[in-house]
Amino acid sequence: MTIASIKSALSGLKSLAIGLGITGRAFCEKNVTVIYPQEEVDNLSTYRGHVELVGKEDAPSDPKCMACGLCARSCPSNCFTILCPVPAKDGETCNPAEMGPAPQKGSKAPAEFILDFSLCSLCGQCVKACATGGLQFSNDPYKTSFNREDFKYDLIELLRKEALKRAM
Amino acid sequence: MMNVFHLLLANPAARLVLWLLLMFAFIGFNALILVWVERKVAGYVQLRPGPLHVGPQGLLQPLADAVKLMGKQLVTPAAGDKLLFWAAPLLAFAPVTVCFLPMPFDARFNPLPMNLGLVLILAFSGLGVVSLCLAGWGSNSKFSLLGAARAVAQSVAYEVPLLLSVMAVAICAGSLDLYAIAGHQGAWPWQWYAMKNPLAFFIFLVCAVAETNRAPFDLPEAESELTAGFHTEYSGMGFGIFFLAEYANMVIVAGVAAALFLGGWQGPFFSGVWWFLLKIYAILVFIIWMRWTFPRVRFDQLLNISWKWLTPLALLDLALVVVVVGHLGA
Repeated sequence: MTIASIKSALSGLKSLAIGLGITGRAFCEKNVTVIYPQEEVDNLSTYRGHVELVGKEDAPSDPKCMACGLCARSCPSNCFTILCPVPAKDGETCNPAEMGPAPQKGSKAPAEFILDFSLCSLCGQCVKACATGGLQFSNDPYKTSFNREDFKYDLIELLRKEALKRAM
Repeated sequence: MMNVFHLLLANPAARLVLWLLLMFAFIGFNALILVWVERKVAGYVQLRPGPLHVGPQGLLQPLADAVKLMGKQLVTPAAGDKLLFWAAPLLAFAPVTVCFLPMPFDARFNPLPMNLGLVLILAFSGLGVVSLCLAGWGSNSKFSLLGAARAVAQSVAYEVPLLLSVMAVAICAGSLDLYAIAGHQGAWPWQWYAMKNPLAFFIFLVCAVAETNRAPFDLPEAESELTAGFHTEYSGMGFGIFFLAEYANMVIVAGVAAALFLGGWQGPFFSGVWWFLLKIYAILVFIIWMRWTFPRVRFDQLLNISWKWLTPLALLDLALVVVVVGHLGA
């Protein structure tokens, strides 16, 4: 048993005492856990829910989206179904019912914008890719269902409902 | 009616049975409280509230857990040794009850006077490791067997400095009776052996934690490497009894520490059984606090601490005590 080993043992004992001090202090501190049904956290704005469309400043029920399809292309899980009217080819009559995936020539807004949230991993690539800042994370943590189909969100409709709610 | 009761108390055998029954109740009640304290301390150390919903502040949670354990099926490993497998939990629990007999709760209350109480406790608490060994062997499982092997090595290693530190105190007090040793100290903290001989107190505490297989010395049931160690194969109350015995063992070592080093039932004012219980619980909370602070030691570190540090230090301490007591008298 050398002097060095005694020294290291003493410093080890000191570190044990410091450890006890840290847990002792933590013991006296206030809990950070929230007892859920009785209390709720108030910082839900930091919650990452499914992505939603952002409305235009002057017309909040219309999406900023210009139907470029960058979000759908950047999505690793193919969550998006974005449809726009297919333009008429030369010599044909335009068929207004015919829809194709964005982008389509002449379309500056999506006709349908469906998000399949059951596939989404909330990676945020679509939000980053969007050229107009037209996508953001929603912050409602209480979306639950027993049915897979309920997670196919029509984002345009959701935006309209949200805008209506804000206007009232 | 009163006469019958007095007659009963006059009979040593009847007194023994009554005291054992009382101690059974004490052990069960303490285990329930300790489980709650353990989980509350764990919670608060980790900045969460711990059990909360069963009873006020979760006080009845251990009771609910006990009911759940009792409702579970008892499964015996098909290839195991059935007799040893089921003898082990009983063997873990039975000596624990005996260890409470010489516990000095109060000077005015000595139901079974015995002058070798300390030896009785040390002898019977040594039996506990046999039960772990049998549990490991009877389970026919590699995890159980490894846990049992670790338990034996650890128990043997830490029994030596434990005995030496206890001996230092026994020589100071000149007795092996826990009542006499506790009574030999005064009411004030500086008259306690913990202050007169802090090295022995420190060694005793470390060894006590190791002997009860508590973290950071919980290698026999290291859940990250051995699933649950020696009690891997036990279900329901088989595990429950081991659990009960572990908590009862904690109370015993805390009680012995309180009697040997902290003056037993004596306090600066209102000496009595409440002081003894208060000291026991202070030590228990400290042991629980250590569990939620320190990481588990490695096996070679475990044995090194005992053989390279605690045993020589305890020997040194014992020699010092002998010299001091021999020259100055007790």
